[in-house]
Amino acid sequence: MLWACINLPSLALDGILRRRPTEGPLVLVDGPINARTIVSANETARAAGLYVGQRLSAAQALLSNFEAIPYDRESVDRWHRFLAAVAYRYSSEVSLLPHAIVLEVSKSMGLFGPWPRLEFLLRADFTDLGFRHRMAAAPTAHAAHVLTTVSDGQAVLSSDTLRNALQRVPIAKSRLPANAIAALPSMGIRTLGQVLALPRDGLRRRFGAELLASLDRLTGDLPSGLALYRPPDIFDLRIELLHEVENQSALIFPVRRMVDDLAAYLAGRDGGVQRFLLRLKHREGRFTDVPVGLLASERDGAMLFEFARGRLEHVTLPEPVLALRLIARDLPAFVPAGRDLFDEQPANALPIEQVRERLRARLGDGAVYRLGSTQDPRPERSQREATHDEVPIEPHPRPTWLLPRPLPLRGGEPIILAGPERVETGWWDGGEVCRDYYVIETSLGQEAWAFCAPDEQTGWMIHGWFA
Amino acid sequence: MNAVVPLSALLDARQVWRGRAHEVPVGDQPTGWCALDAVLPAGGWPEASLSEILLPVDGVGELRLVLPTLARLTQGQRHVVIVSPPYAPCVAGWRQQGVDMRRVEFVDAGEKDVLWATEQCLRSGSCAAVLAWPHHADDRALRRLQVAAVTGQALAFVFRDRSHLSNASPAALRLELEAPPRPQIWVRKCRGGAVPAHAIPLPRSVH
Repeated sequence: MLWACINLPSLALDGILRRRPTEGPLVLVDGPINARTIVSANETARAAGLYVGQRLSAAQALLSNFEAIPYDRESVDRWHRFLAAVAYRYSSEVSLLPHAIVLEVSKSMGLFGPWPRLEFLLRADFTDLGFRHRMAAAPTAHAAHVLTTVSDGQAVLSSDTLRNALQRVPIAKSRLPANAIAALPSMGIRTLGQVLALPRDGLRRRFGAELLASLDRLTGDLPSGLALYRPPDIFDLRIELLHEVENQSALIFPVRRMVDDLAAYLAGRDGGVQRFLLRLKHREGRFTDVPVGLLASERDGAMLFEFARGRLEHVTLPEPVLALRLIARDLPAFVPAGRDLFDEQPANALPIEQVRERLRARLGDGAVYRLGSTQDPRPERSQREATHDEVPIEPHPRPTWLLPRPLPLRGGEPIILAGPERVETGWWDGGEVCRDYYVIETSLGQEAWAFCAPDEQTGWMIHGWFA
Repeated sequence: MNAVVPLSALLDARQVWRGRAHEVPVGDQPTGWCALDAVLPAGGWPEASLSEILLPVDGVGELRLVLPTLARLTQGQRHVVIVSPPYAPCVAGWRQQGVDMRRVEFVDAGEKDVLWATEQCLRSGSCAAVLAWPHHADDRALRRLQVAAVTGQALAFVFRDRSHLSNASPAALRLELEAPPRPQIWVRKCRGGAVPAHAIPLPRSVH
């Protein structure tokens, strides 16, 4: 067993900064309205002398102009779960710990390579998403968690060295039960190593069984007992905008972030998305829905963003937007398109599927199609939108253009080139036809496919061109 | 006047006109019509270029001219895009000419979007040929298509009314179709070769 722990020390702040990068001082505040305290502060704010635990009133006395955003427990929880879904890409055993995510990686290393390589991949993912993190690996989940609080990047790969690594962890950072953390230093016990060396009976009498269980989970003598995270089947992401947005172009940046998050979630799930919904929320519960539908399931962030933007550009905002929500319910499996080894296309070619999606995004969902034959001999019903064609090829001459409805022939008498071909069918479904089809040449030199009533060669109706 | 100037230096400096145009490399895109291939400088469609086909009226053989090419491309698993055709294509007729309809994409674009859609398809590099029927295409629009065709290494075909013949065009090849007295093709412009003096007959599809 090898557990990786990703510690997210500033989850709430990163969640806000990533959708609204700001250089100025920014803090998150929490607590009762008359005693607000700072729970998180960005670097500019810390440099100005603000610190976590400071009263908001004290901070305001220190710095005249900074942004204070209320700490939103629910959104922190949402980001936490979202990042677990991202980590799910690397392991099926993912659990949530306070401000951290742990995942079992011993089985994943066969696919992703040894721990340094896997660590690099994980770090790249989290950095791309804009979350600061500390990482460690250890044979137990709780030990990995403790190691991340002490240092960043420590890897303990075998249980033999684990005790050694835990020796010098200070009690304050050991994540043992609170009563033990409070009492042990006053007994002269300052590191985990000293606690582990103490007789167990004495510890139990003094601190109860809870401390021993914590120590055993740390060293691996007890199973971790963590509930495994299961990624949800529906992707639902909300972003509250900080200002009322009246212009679509101001929505592009948050939408880009949301779609990238969707792509990261899909990669973790090894799935794709076929349809998703962008809900633009207005005042008093009103909203505008922008559905985005794709021909096939996709998961590339840049591609999804391009289509979402294409749809968004066509929307006129009836009123200012306060919040955005991205909902994806239809998450089918993703099957990457197979490519030929000896592909003749230029190296930088955009796949045809992507071209079709781009055209659809601007021209409408029904604007791009393929045609196939049907079994019906009536020309009006002989073809439909389809992607395959198994009907045998028609032996009689057929034109290359078909008129949407037959037109009477004007001008001089035509020359008959071929025919007649009798088409008589459809008496059972009300669309009865009985016609003699000929290939004729008009006085303008066009070759036409025309019909007239059976056994008459007058009253020509043109139905197509042999273009 | 003692200085001896080597001939090759003069030629390399491109200050001497040699009286004949550059050799056009023989292309790899036969039209499927032997008589036409024989007179075209590239031995077929100019590769990765715009070809303009001018018509007196619809239905005089404009598709017959290009369908052998489309059949060859689609059977070679390449994609072909048809942008805003003037009529519904008749699947049975196209299949009779050997076109694999699974590789043919039809795009219904409004008048304003025809050129945009055509350019997107050409530029993508995943389409072997793009056929378009633009209503309002000026010199600059056609030049964009020509550049896009070069970028995406695709064949571009634009079908327009014969009245545009008098306007200059950046197309590498301009063909004019004539119906009465008999269907024939006039080559009006071909880059890299002399324009043939006589028309090429276009056989009928039904004999």
